[in-house]
Amino acid sequence: MTAARSKARPAAAARRKARVAAPTPIVGRSVLRKEDPALLRGAARFVDDLRGGALEIAILRSPFPHARIAAIDVAEARRQPGVVDVLVAADLPDGGPVIPMRMFRQPGAERFLQRPLATDRVRYVGEPVAVVVATSRYLAEDAAERIAVDYEPLDPVTDMEAALAPDAPVLHAEAGTNLAAAFDLGRGDVDAAFAAADAVVEVEIRCGRHAAVPMETRGLLARLEPGGGRLVVHGAAKVVHVNRRILAGLLGWPEDRIRFVEESVGGGFGARGEFYPEDYLVPFCALRLGQAVAWTEDREEHLRATNHSRDQLDRLAAALTADGRFLALRAELTINTGAYVRTHGSVVPGMSGGLLPGPYVWPALACHVRQVVTNKTPAGTYRAPGRYETTLARERLIDVAARRLGIDPVELRRRNLVAPEQMPYDNGSATDGHPVVYDSGDYPRLLERGLEHVVWEELRAWRATPPQRPELRRGVAIALFVEKSGIAQWEYARMELDSLGRPVLCSGSASVGQGVDTVLAQIAAEALGVPYEAVRVRHGDTDDVPDGMGAFGSRATSLGGAAAHQAASALRERVLELAAAKLDVAVEKLELTATGVSVRGARAAGVTFAELVAASGTAAAIADGRRPGLSEEAYFRTEEMSFPYGLHCAAVELDAETGAVRIERYGVAYDVGRAINPQLVEGQIVGGLAQGLGGALFEDLVYDDAAQLVSGSFMDYLIPTAVEVPAVRVLITEDCPTQRSPIGAKGAGEGGTTAAGAALAGAVSDALGVEVTRLPMTPEWIVRAARGEACA
Amino acid sequence: MKPPPFDYEAPRELDEALALLAERGEDGKVLAGGQSLVPLLNFRLARPEVLIDINGVQALATLGREGTHLHIGALTRHAQAEHSSVVREQWPLLADALRWVAHPQIRNRGTVGGSVAHSDPSAELPVVLSALDARYHVRSARGARTLEREEMFLGQLETGVRPDELLCAIEVPAMAPGAGWAFVEYARRHGDFALGGTAVVLDVEPDGTVGRAAIALLGAGPTPLRAAAAEHALVGQAVDDAVAREAAALAVAEIAPTGDIHGSTEYRRDLIETLVGRALGVAAGRANGGTT
Repeated sequence: MTAARSKARPAAAARRKARVAAPTPIVGRSVLRKEDPALLRGAARFVDDLRGGALEIAILRSPFPHARIAAIDVAEARRQPGVVDVLVAADLPDGGPVIPMRMFRQPGAERFLQRPLATDRVRYVGEPVAVVVATSRYLAEDAAERIAVDYEPLDPVTDMEAALAPDAPVLHAEAGTNLAAAFDLGRGDVDAAFAAADAVVEVEIRCGRHAAVPMETRGLLARLEPGGGRLVVHGAAKVVHVNRRILAGLLGWPEDRIRFVEESVGGGFGARGEFYPEDYLVPFCALRLGQAVAWTEDREEHLRATNHSRDQLDRLAAALTADGRFLALRAELTINTGAYVRTHGSVVPGMSGGLLPGPYVWPALACHVRQVVTNKTPAGTYRAPGRYETTLARERLIDVAARRLGIDPVELRRRNLVAPEQMPYDNGSATDGHPVVYDSGDYPRLLERGLEHVVWEELRAWRATPPQRPELRRGVAIALFVEKSGIAQWEYARMELDSLGRPVLCSGSASVGQGVDTVLAQIAAEALGVPYEAVRVRHGDTDDVPDGMGAFGSRATSLGGAAAHQAASALRERVLELAAAKLDVAVEKLELTATGVSVRGARAAGVTFAELVAASGTAAAIADGRRPGLSEEAYFRTEEMSFPYGLHCAAVELDAETGAVRIERYGVAYDVGRAINPQLVEGQIVGGLAQGLGGALFEDLVYDDAAQLVSGSFMDYLIPTAVEVPAVRVLITEDCPTQRSPIGAKGAGEGGTTAAGAALAGAVSDALGVEVTRLPMTPEWIVRAARGEACA
Repeated sequence: MKPPPFDYEAPRELDEALALLAERGEDGKVLAGGQSLVPLLNFRLARPEVLIDINGVQALATLGREGTHLHIGALTRHAQAEHSSVVREQWPLLADALRWVAHPQIRNRGTVGGSVAHSDPSAELPVVLSALDARYHVRSARGARTLEREEMFLGQLETGVRPDELLCAIEVPAMAPGAGWAFVEYARRHGDFALGGTAVVLDVEPDGTVGRAAIALLGAGPTPLRAAAAEHALVGQAVDDAVAREAAALAVAEIAPTGDIHGSTEYRRDLIETLVGRALGVAAGRANGGTT
């Protein structure tokens, strides 16, 4: 793996303004991760490590994709050894509360929400029907087999277009339709543009259905504090405070009597940490029984119960002039959301349409988006949600247009990029009702730097060289994309000196294994003016942190970092003021060290943080008319998201007889505005690429005609391993820091994934001379396409 | 993903194991490396009343040459056979095929006997042992038997080993001096069950013509298949591209691999044809000291 990185002149002024003077820069350095010592020594604690002594839950899940529940008999299950309790929907208050949407609440979508346990109907294979609580998971699973459920099967529907047909089975009778949400986006006179076009190019592109499959599956431990005072839930992730609020609402408990605790988290990728049926059931059982109750999702459950994502059908048409100018884009995006609308509401449809235009100027745009309910596991977000799909569709459209017009695909892209002087640029689309306005970017520069970094000319020469054996075919392609970061506009941080005088940052953000402690510590240390090693970071425990949004949508660095920067900067000012008064020295002459404040140039005559904390004790402080303690809170808020952007490049060699795809070279160039820790950014890109590559070549949650999940284990749901993931040439650029955050960082979690499907599909199409229209590109599809056989 | 309840027995001696099998073999399963059985238990697809764990029966863990044959005790781990110098030098086809079995972690635990007794037609070992004309020694409290390939592999996950019997050892005849060999498979990911594959042995006469050919097919049917017609057609021929292609076409003329989401029957048949053609080329190149 190679990484390169560069600093850019335009950023310098903003950075000077943003950065509080510090002896050596910490931001921008690949410091060692704060998280690693505990992980490497095996000292890190995951929620499954805590379940000793707790009762364990097994969930009986529907084996039918669509059925009426005529009766459930739990009597025999209750009599099994070790069984403490068996619950069905009727045992929950009012049959169980509806799990609400937390964002992107598209009107009408509320008709499709899920309850924790199926009441009278099941709508997907894996839907929770009953809960067994026993002294061990083994006994709970044994007993669950003894629950007799009388299912009356109903016709299922898994295809999204079939689900919209007039005679389709309707999943939610009250709604009377399987269309959960539909909306239109766009601007300009598209019809006129198409009428005036020299060329019209159309594509229909399907993206497979994916699972995020974090290495650690979901898990929860709920217990009552001794004395029955508070409910404590371990295993929170991603959106700790949001989920506490949801649980409090569903239980009818005050939030302050519920404590959520995040343990180490083995990956999230969007799926882990949302509020699922189990997030209600486990705490509910703990309250009902007055005992600790634990549940760890197994992988079989995970593939059926945790949010799926992708599964999109996009029809795109471009109107172009003969010399390759884009005049208009028309799109119909259809998203298979599965059996219920989950906590994300319409995030995926919204993001699909919002970022559809990419880095190009489309003078006219019309995009119709449909979110469709079917008898599959409910879907939510997964790394680059919506963008993976529509970047694939748009970049395929452009490749097809290039071949049709006889224009080089790179050149066609170059001719239509948004120019730097057009920034900030309204892309004509919208998300959740807000216009999408790109904050900054120099797309032409990124394109040229990216091509140089992957040595595009060398790849073209390689492409033109005949391979060693006649069955081998070579292809190359690039794909461009715009990502977004910082969804949900605010984050909380508190920077303080603890009672020993140690700097501690408490953040409302969360760890999903991405290194947020490290990045936030870098930002806070630099803003406070102390060494990186001196800063401790806490997050994820609602006892430590009163408020927060969490980690999703590439927001932990961009928003969490901004809040940390503000809180640390504020604390620096207070510390300096206090020290100046105490030492009777002007603030300008003071500097911070790991343990205190010293006078520049003077050998002694400083004051330690511990002394300052002591002087800020309640009695001393209020006697002086000062606020007690040394602690500063900040809520960072921004109206708008920021928009990182980049390029993927793939060079592949196919075996037309077996369908094997060998990746000769893969490159990603990504402008993240500012890389707080370049090595972590590179890790994000390479890891993201592994997941994007999986969707391009391997991963697909396949349902058979009876709506059963066929790829229901890792034997059939194929995630790429170290053998399949190539070395990646990563270029991190910092040409355009965002002005929408004091630290300039745009968020870097998703760009490694976003255009992977598009670039690989482009390269395979180039190799075959046949346009790829669906992912994943299976060996059989490749063999057939190479032979010129049409196949779906 | 927790197994249903089962009894557990862990004999230390072979006789003890055979006695347990005589008593409970009908409702029991032998546990060796557990790399297939334990997942089946956890998915509750297998529900034996008793597991007879033979990992303590050290007498079954022997590996080495006996006369001209290779003797593989059933409890020999994949990794042990893969790294054995005897196997590498004298049965290179076997050593090469073992590299394709799943992943190192699985090869450290999985046993040769377990793979044979599981009888998955997509597994490498039954195929390569079929190409090598291996024989299978089974024992029970009633006595000992030796099974040939056709007696051993009866169907998908079905063998000729009776419920009271234990597969104890596999005997692999010597490869002819100068024999050419190849193992070729294609899987979507390295370590997956292959979509198709083949193990080939060519004994080549001094004049360059094939004296004897063995072609075993992986994933071609419910058991490892030998492509008899293709083998026969190769005898007396010098293997070039055209000959290899013809033999490959013959090899798949009558197979109908089971299709699934990773590949249809037609794709798998064509794939195996391709791989047989390639394997024959590699084997011919290796024959009589060739280095291709």
